[in-house]
Amino acid sequence: MATTATLHSHAPQGFIRKYIFSLDHKVIGLQYFFLALTAVWVGMFLSLLMRIHLVWPTASLPLVGEIRPEMYLSLLTMHGTIMVFFVLTTAPQGGFGNYFLPIQIGAPDMAFPVLNMLSFWTTFVGFVLILAAFFVSGGAPLHGWTGYPPLSAVQSAGPGEGLGADLWIASIAIFCIASLMGALNFITTTLDLRAKGMTLMRMPLTVWSWFITAILGLLAFGVLLSAGILLLMDRNLGTSFYVPLIVVNGQILGHKGGSPLLWQHLFWFFGHPEVYIAILPGMGVTSQVLSTFSRKPIFGYKAMVYAMLSIGFLGFMVWGHHMFMSGMSPYSAFAFSLLTMCIGVPSAIKTFNWLGTMWKGRIRFYTPMLFAIGFVSLFVSGGLSGPFLAQPVLDIQLHDTYFVVGHFHLIMGVAAIFGIFAATYYWFPKMFGRMMNEGLGKAHFWLTFIGTYAIFMPMHYLGMAGGTRRYSQYTEVAYLQKLMPIHSFMTYAAIITIASQFIFVINLFWSMFKGPKASDNPWESTTLEWTTATPPPHDNFGGRTPVVNHGPYEYGVPGTAKGFIMQNDPASTPAH
Amino acid sequence: MATFIPSSPVAHEQLGRGGGVTEPPVRGGGDDGQGDDGSDYVGRLRRARLGVAVAIAAVVMIFVSLTSAYIVRQGLPTFDSPSSSYVRDWGEVSLPLALLMVNTAVLLISSLTMEGARRSITRQSALAPVRSIPGVSLGEEWRFPWLGLTVVLGIGFLAGQCLAWSELRRRGFFIPTNPNSSFVYLFTGVHAIHLAGGVVALLWAGLTSLLHKPLESRRIVIDVTAWYWHFMALLWIYVFALLQFAR
Repeated sequence: MATTATLHSHAPQGFIRKYIFSLDHKVIGLQYFFLALTAVWVGMFLSLLMRIHLVWPTASLPLVGEIRPEMYLSLLTMHGTIMVFFVLTTAPQGGFGNYFLPIQIGAPDMAFPVLNMLSFWTTFVGFVLILAAFFVSGGAPLHGWTGYPPLSAVQSAGPGEGLGADLWIASIAIFCIASLMGALNFITTTLDLRAKGMTLMRMPLTVWSWFITAILGLLAFGVLLSAGILLLMDRNLGTSFYVPLIVVNGQILGHKGGSPLLWQHLFWFFGHPEVYIAILPGMGVTSQVLSTFSRKPIFGYKAMVYAMLSIGFLGFMVWGHHMFMSGMSPYSAFAFSLLTMCIGVPSAIKTFNWLGTMWKGRIRFYTPMLFAIGFVSLFVSGGLSGPFLAQPVLDIQLHDTYFVVGHFHLIMGVAAIFGIFAATYYWFPKMFGRMMNEGLGKAHFWLTFIGTYAIFMPMHYLGMAGGTRRYSQYTEVAYLQKLMPIHSFMTYAAIITIASQFIFVINLFWSMFKGPKASDNPWESTTLEWTTATPPPHDNFGGRTPVVNHGPYEYGVPGTAKGFIMQNDPASTPAH
Repeated sequence: MATFIPSSPVAHEQLGRGGGVTEPPVRGGGDDGQGDDGSDYVGRLRRARLGVAVAIAAVVMIFVSLTSAYIVRQGLPTFDSPSSSYVRDWGEVSLPLALLMVNTAVLLISSLTMEGARRSITRQSALAPVRSIPGVSLGEEWRFPWLGLTVVLGIGFLAGQCLAWSELRRRGFFIPTNPNSSFVYLFTGVHAIHLAGGVVALLWAGLTSLLHKPLESRRIVIDVTAWYWHFMALLWIYVFALLQFAR
């Protein structure tokens, strides 16, 4: 093991600089993690209110009373926005990426620690702003997480479209700026701070996934920021970028000539890559965990890297498939359809490589492994409905139904969440120095796995049967009456699944303080974070600089005492 | 068991960052202030330049998206009730060309003075080791205040843009007057905000001098700000050309 002791830096001692305005990427990673944990409970609570309302529409619920249709749309909007931005984008990239990318490449910190801190606190301000939308006059906006104008661009379009919508846009714009700062740091760190011997093709697939995600974020969030500025101008300065000649409540507004489609193009140019921003880190973690717990090298490392690059590249060319219903030339629709189906190729490569990794492996079914397998399952189940929706003809039938809700919740929502859970259970020992409880972890997995399938699979049938989405009250729609039992089933499943998340939270906080002490490498993993102390010291490697001699997944190596090779083991160690 | 991962030592000439012949420098994690003591300053300069290049890519995406919105909105028809037909509502804007030309000249000159500041501090950095040799004196040299001049010119450009907006209003073109005028204010405003960020960076660079920060740290700030500043000048020429010739 070649290391060089040179400098040993000292951690800050004061509480404020150590835990609040810290420049340490590990503390910032934890801050992101707990921010996302808070956000996910808010988002889940909103979804619970929606599910209960759909089945018992006249029930008076705690905190909100009886839910009116406008409030239902507000819940829908805020659930989507909080989950997409402050959970699915924040936890995998801001949380785990921040904590582990520098350690996995052998760096002492991010390239720009001050920018890193600013990035987190900017995200925090964005989160506060979006929560504030609940409490202002008119309440939260009701234009959906996609913010389509003219609903989102006209203040008088409905309750919540006043100050609440302005706060929503400001929050998203601030989130964009924070994400751009984060992307800048991730890209520079990956390109410039890798330890000696850590070539690009020796980087763990987690690092690749964070790196590619950062590139996607860099190119996508600027576009959403621009779109948001135009929307704010339409709302507050009287411009007509998105708003055509329009009559609201019998009054002709001053706008004319704008195009709601312009927003849709700009939004989805961001929105589709955002799907991959949410899911790519989950792919990285799944690869890492499957290889570790199957005790086999990842099947087709290079193919996995190129598949992620292809997915990222193609992700920028398919935004139009969200707009088949919005009016589009059939030729454009054909191109977007074809390119969308092309994404199936790298996705299939990844799936078969994950299966190939597990094939004939000596699988250790610990909780991280269960969630990684769950990720693969959900990725396949949610992904297979993608080619259906990629067909313009089918999409016109299915677009405004629960089929789409089921599709994107499985692939983008739950699969990404399973990636976050796999990462949490896998890296918890390194982050907190203790082990999580396996029994509780397995109970959490099975309840969540079965529960999420029970919630989202029936949505596909609901959609094919013509069950429309976004309606607040199906009990009043005659032709949908026969589908109400499915709604009831989904609501019960949602209540049980959400309740089972308490198992996770109890396990998380109990283990943080009372769990058994973890060794430096409890999973017998090979990447650099497992070569340092648990939890890692302030400068990650205690004054040493690792030198990398091996690839990231050297498991099942014959002729070695341990059966695996750490990345910084001497070069003379026999390998595959 | 097969693997695609190379395990043998990798040839040095194949290595990029992360593989070099020399031992990588060790600096502390965040908070420790190690980054300011001049150690590994070549690495810090390289990282800062890379960071600015990445930041410029993000700014480019913002202007690319605004440009696409500009082109799309330009071609959109709107329904005209009196004639019951679709008409183009893009509208005309009479740009204060002379004033904008002066502003352009000011910004281009500031780019030159910024380059002067960058080269001056690079020269100082290069001579610093020689100056540190006991008994060696290169004499006191008078340094042209490139940085101060650039700040003045940068603020001058921003003031000139404010004048241009006043002139537009005097001519009857406000933000909501027509889509064309909306975009004129939008493009020039977003560019001005980005340039103001550059001015803040320049002021910070000046402050590092007053705070007696290490020469290397000052050089890094000035160097990366210079690259950003040149980009801002190019970006302004693009914005000006777009607004003048693609309307």
